[in-house]
Amino acid sequence: MHSAAQIAFACISAFTLACALGVVLCKNAVNGAMCLLLCLAGVAGLFVQLHAYLLAFLLILVYAGAVVALFLFIIMLLGAHGGQPWRFRGAQALAGIVAAALLITGLDLIALRGRLDAGPPVLSGGVGSSLKLYAEQLFTTYLLPVEVMGFLLLVAMLGVIVLSRRPTEREATE
Amino acid sequence: MSPSLDAYVLLSAALFAVGFLGVLVRRNTLVIFMCLELMLVASTLALVAFSRFNGTEAGDVFVFFILTVAAAEVAVGLAIIVALFRARKTVQVDELDLLKK
Repeated sequence: MHSAAQIAFACISAFTLACALGVVLCKNAVNGAMCLLLCLAGVAGLFVQLHAYLLAFLLILVYAGAVVALFLFIIMLLGAHGGQPWRFRGAQALAGIVAAALLITGLDLIALRGRLDAGPPVLSGGVGSSLKLYAEQLFTTYLLPVEVMGFLLLVAMLGVIVLSRRPTEREATE
Repeated sequence: MSPSLDAYVLLSAALFAVGFLGVLVRRNTLVIFMCLELMLVASTLALVAFSRFNGTEAGDVFVFFILTVAAAEVAVGLAIIVALFRARKTVQVDELDLLKK
């Protein structure tokens, strides 16, 4: 008994996982960035399925529009497409195996034993679906975090300016 | 009948694991950074799913903050990578071993 929603979820999640694997496996960093773009589109699709339309829109706007574009720009600028995907030696291999074993155990536990106690989803009237409700939350309950975020963005902007500025002649000679 | 909360959380954990794998096995700094972003997105998926299934709004709002932090992080991180490339002419982590010597 599979409803349309479940089939859609299965398709989108398989697509998202495949694209996420593409980010890891693609040898060329440009292809990896493209896979990341598709993966984000898949996650946005899942957000739509969860009736979080506003967040899906924001995800596409911020991640696909700004972050992935910035990544592609830097990859092109530095000419850093290539590089060997993996090469393990000694301690690296051991750390990788331990981490992979832990992750697989965790996933296995979630898949087999974990039964999260939750009723059916509350799909109507969620905050993520309406800009008005969302803004009301942001500017009443979460006003302080919003202001902290504004400050964080300011600090990040200043940091980027300082980092990307060329050293002046006096600093270069010192 | 919509998919259960378990399905969303499992998918989120799998996406996080894939991102973590990428951070471990890749040697290109830019690809490692992309995998970090993947892990952040996986956590947002879990937040939205929990928020929807429990009928609360905190998860939705925190996704907004995660997006903001991710944007700031990408800006600063890429600036650092560009500065690093200017100084060392490489972005492969194997060759960035000045502190090891």
